[in-house]
Amino acid sequence: MTGRPLPRRLDGPRGSTLAAAALAAVLATGAVLVGVTLSETHPAADCAAARDLVAALALSDVALFTEARYTRNPSLADLHSAFQDGPGSLEHFPTGSLVMPPRDLPAGRLEAREE
Amino acid sequence: MHPALERRRHLLDFAVRSLARRPTKNLGLVVVYALVVFLLASVMLFGSAIRREAGTLLAEGPEITAQAMVMGRHDLARTADVEALRGLRGVRRVEPRLWGYLWDTAGAANYTLMVPLASDAAHRVAKGKAIVGEGVARARKLAVGKMLFLVSPSGKFLKTTVAAILPASTALVSSDLVLVEESDFRAFFELPAEVWTDVALSVTNPAEVKTVAEKAALRLPGFRFVTRSDMARTAEALFSWREGFALALLAGGLLAFVILAFDKASGLSAEEKREIGILKAIGWETSDVIALKLWEGGLVSGFAFLVGVVAAWGHVFFFSAGLLEPVLKGWATLYPRLALEPSIDALELATLGVLTVVPYIAAILVPVWRTASTDPDAVMR
Repeated sequence: MTGRPLPRRLDGPRGSTLAAAALAAVLATGAVLVGVTLSETHPAADCAAARDLVAALALSDVALFTEARYTRNPSLADLHSAFQDGPGSLEHFPTGSLVMPPRDLPAGRLEAREE
Repeated sequence: MHPALERRRHLLDFAVRSLARRPTKNLGLVVVYALVVFLLASVMLFGSAIRREAGTLLAEGPEITAQAMVMGRHDLARTADVEALRGLRGVRRVEPRLWGYLWDTAGAANYTLMVPLASDAAHRVAKGKAIVGEGVARARKLAVGKMLFLVSPSGKFLKTTVAAILPASTALVSSDLVLVEESDFRAFFELPAEVWTDVALSVTNPAEVKTVAEKAALRLPGFRFVTRSDMARTAEALFSWREGFALALLAGGLLAFVILAFDKASGLSAEEKREIGILKAIGWETSDVIALKLWEGGLVSGFAFLVGVVAAWGHVFFFSAGLLEPVLKGWATLYPRLALEPSIDALELATLGVLTVVPYIAAILVPVWRTASTDPDAVMR
């Protein structure tokens, strides 16, 4: 019995313990974040205020993208909006890529056919 | 502990120690992996939350909105058109609306100027007064009682006093609104008395909205009729994964995982092969070697996925998706202060997990099995 200390690799916690601790830390952080965000949720009165405003003013779209009329009110956009700067003009507003055009654009549709 | 569980625990111990032998490489892999998951999860969580909130709010919108059209472009409605709609059976209420856009050079933002409906007593505005949204108040540093000056494109000047600021809780739908009195609106935009932007219809029986819209289209063939369900469908398409920025991000993220999985599947490094050869030489079974490598891959990808998703949750619901704000604003300067209602869509999270974790782990199997099945002597050489 030499009394030598164990090789370094055998000291310390087991790998499975470390993995479990790391997993627990991530899950605990997640649980805290979820708890904090859920407890900060706006109360029912705030949601009702927004719904009442929509009903009172007959609003049709959210005010998320205000840079162009067809991104501000996509549900009321017309066929002309897509090419407002010219018949062959390309989409140039950045938020135009975040909102799909309405499926039922009025007064026609865009088609290509071979004669 | 049960022998089978103890065996798996020992494999897990070995897997963790094996990962710890290459800390920089594995930590870098976890960080990059988690970052890609964070980006995809942020867009996914934000898109879901926005779609859900927009859908809930816009369920209170007008049942039918009638717009005049000319040459495929929106035109103004006339009072005669409004009267024609009033006589339609099934229509409970017809309310012509006045609203329009204004580019404000002082605030460098687009506003939506609007006249409250005749039936809306709560937001009735006196002449010379205005009710503004929280975004407008922020852009122009307004408070109740302060003056708001607007200039129209033709040079018309509108001087109003702020009578109220709409609550911050309504910012998602009202951030850019400026509510003014009707004569102020018409004078500002130089509109005659008999024109309106569009018409909002309320229907007696909600189940007959489509029928009423069809009848109205026969009466006014030059009009377009947008129903509440059309508006809801448009709201559902916000941040759609099928186009635009979201599709580009998804494609980029998936491509990153494909490259990662391809790199893993194309073969192991000399050091990894030698390691497997040594394990086989000292008596490890092929199944044990594969289990070890699967544990390693699972630890890296599973841990990175969890970190990415937790970080995305905090980013979207605690920090209001601040990193996405430049993308959402585009060229606009006015952006609502959002406080989205957090919720978890298990299906979307599971889909993200399947798309990110499974290919990585699957890509480990083939080269490990090939190497583990080879003679250890040949592998170590």
